[in-house]
Amino acid sequence: MKNILPILMATVTVAFAPHAAALEVFACEPEWGALAQELGGDRVSIYVATGALQDPHRIQARPSLLARARRADLVVCTGAELEIGWLPIVLRQSGNDAIQPGRPGYFEAADFVPKLEVPMRLDRAEGDVHAAGNPHIQTDPRNIARVATALAGRLAQIDPAGARHYQTRHRDFAGRWDAALRRWEQRAAPLRDAPIVVQHKGFPYLEHWLGLRERASLEPKPGVEPTSAHLAAVLEQLKREPAKMILRAAYNDGRASEWLAERAGIPAVVLPFTVGGSDQARDLFGLFDDTVQRLLDALRCTGAHACRQQPGAGSDR
Amino acid sequence: MPCRYLITAALSVAAPTVALAASPDNPPAQTQPDAPERLRAIEERIQRLETAPATAAANSFNPAISLILSGRYANLSQDPATYRLTGFPVPSGADIGPGARGFGLAESELGVYANVDPYFYGGLSYALHPDDTASVEEAFVQTIALSGGLTVKAGRSFSGIGYLNAQHAHLWDFVDAPLAYQAFLGTQFGDDGVQVRWLAPTDIFLEFGAELGRGRAFPGSDRDRNGSGAGTVFVHAGGDAGPSHSWRAGLSVLGTAPRNRAFADTDLAGNTVTNAFSGDSRLWVADFVWKYAPNGNAADTNFILQAEYLRRHEHGDLIYDTVGAATAAPYDARQSGWYLQGVYQFRRHWRAGLRTEQLDRGAVDYGSNNANLARPDFSPSKNSVMLDYSPSEFSRIRLQFARDHARADVADNQAFVQYQMSLGAHGAHQF
Repeated sequence: MKNILPILMATVTVAFAPHAAALEVFACEPEWGALAQELGGDRVSIYVATGALQDPHRIQARPSLLARARRADLVVCTGAELEIGWLPIVLRQSGNDAIQPGRPGYFEAADFVPKLEVPMRLDRAEGDVHAAGNPHIQTDPRNIARVATALAGRLAQIDPAGARHYQTRHRDFAGRWDAALRRWEQRAAPLRDAPIVVQHKGFPYLEHWLGLRERASLEPKPGVEPTSAHLAAVLEQLKREPAKMILRAAYNDGRASEWLAERAGIPAVVLPFTVGGSDQARDLFGLFDDTVQRLLDALRCTGAHACRQQPGAGSDR
Repeated sequence: MPCRYLITAALSVAAPTVALAASPDNPPAQTQPDAPERLRAIEERIQRLETAPATAAANSFNPAISLILSGRYANLSQDPATYRLTGFPVPSGADIGPGARGFGLAESELGVYANVDPYFYGGLSYALHPDDTASVEEAFVQTIALSGGLTVKAGRSFSGIGYLNAQHAHLWDFVDAPLAYQAFLGTQFGDDGVQVRWLAPTDIFLEFGAELGRGRAFPGSDRDRNGSGAGTVFVHAGGDAGPSHSWRAGLSVLGTAPRNRAFADTDLAGNTVTNAFSGDSRLWVADFVWKYAPNGNAADTNFILQAEYLRRHEHGDLIYDTVGAATAAPYDARQSGWYLQGVYQFRRHWRAGLRTEQLDRGAVDYGSNNANLARPDFSPSKNSVMLDYSPSEFSRIRLQFARDHARADVADNQAFVQYQMSLGAHGAHQF
């Protein structure tokens, strides 16, 4: 009996330790869940609050989110008011002081990247503008690298015992990311200065990275649905200054961009926007592999209607 | 152009940190950039610097101030002054019925909320009523620095019982509250007191809560004594079923001990009399809500099914005709009510909803006062249909028709047009 007890206890410890010790990370969006997974490995247990097919501006404070936030050691969100419609109430009702804003357990990715489209004027008449700037920072892989550095530091701060683990994993990730970044930028070189149309102003960081030129937005104002009058105006504009493609995110309704694509004779491209937004975007590397591939496919197809029917080129319907 | 260079120079002196932060952001250069390329990069940087935030953006709405503006037009086939829920008399202060006919303001609300410090959050909601009166709807502080799933709230706030009770009127899916809420809670139960909530550390949402309060509002009655006049206990459970479905269910009980809770009623002789009840009132509420959104994306289409069942048991003494006969006798009543509603967003911005509801007169025993007071064999019911249009998440315009059988003798056909707009801070909404 004396021998059995330590063995039993060791077994129990082995069986439960990794789970019990794992740092519980509550990621607001899939890209931060994927990043925390890259950096944390088996030291973290990730819960992703929203999916790639959900409009990140319109999430509800579902009971399941409250339950997960209550146990979280770290909340990783975009910030810049993207989650303003649901996160404050989840945090407030979680009864979890560790994840309140201002505490180490609350991490806003947007704090660590230079933001674009910071409005000069705060007026709701301008549509859904974010005072802190455009929050869709994850479409530029250089931002991912910046956030990774900050997040690795934060993980080490919250879980000091794993500091070396996070450091090692971050170094490994950063190396792979740099290599991938060079690859993407080389491949995407033909996209430089390509004029594009976007459905929602969700891609300024991507445009800035690849040097795409945004000519028009299908939403007359951010968050305001495309109207037929506005679409007609965009079509007129495209006749004067043609664009190469129309971009939309996986969660966007496709009707407006398909309508315009057909009339303007340019492909409508569905970008994964975040991890899980397409079959190929299984992780962060896949996200940008697929994003660049879809953009290149669309560039090749511009002007050729037949091309739009081919898989991977434009609509995935 | 010289002007631009001046700006660059000035900005790089004035905001070196911004310039530094922005500098790694140069678009990737495949080859040595030529002159126009470099010019464009500089122009881009100027533009970014010019649009850099002048102040910390997080403070732009601190404290969060929001104003709800609401107004309506009501067309009622019956005089609202004669409105009553037959068999369910409520005190004169309780807010029931469809409100005034014609144009009018609906409840407008000014809310100021913010974190007090790292330990507390607090806020005030001031309701401005159409008759030029105002009331403090909510004024509370709550903890945000407790761990272990605990939250303590103190002050005036809506009770956590049921589903609809904690929601402000501008979040309702219909113009008015369900009959059961009107009959048993005087539309909404808010109280002065303390609330403790504990969230269980489980994957499924499991929340337990209890409140102790003054009990000043119906079904309680205000009184001058130490201790508490109302208490509640509630449990809520909820979760997701796949990415498209989420739900919440709850069971709550509200106990009050009203003293001389006076209300007007009609006696068997047809006279309007004032009665007063003293005793114990216990209200049970079972609530359920299920929300569906394809892939969890509620922006385009979604569906909400919601139902609540309220059951009240009151016993004690009832004084019949307090200003006249004033005969006291034992009183015991078990009554219930429910509503079921579905709201379907069939396309972006547009929602349609149906609500059906009924009160069950149940068993009412006035003791020896059975000789004086009527016990009508009637169960109020109502059906409503609504259509609303929300151009943005800050504005909503609603059309609602209802056939209201709250009065035993006559049906009231009601039509409403209502607008609800919110300006100021973007409040996060509960599930």
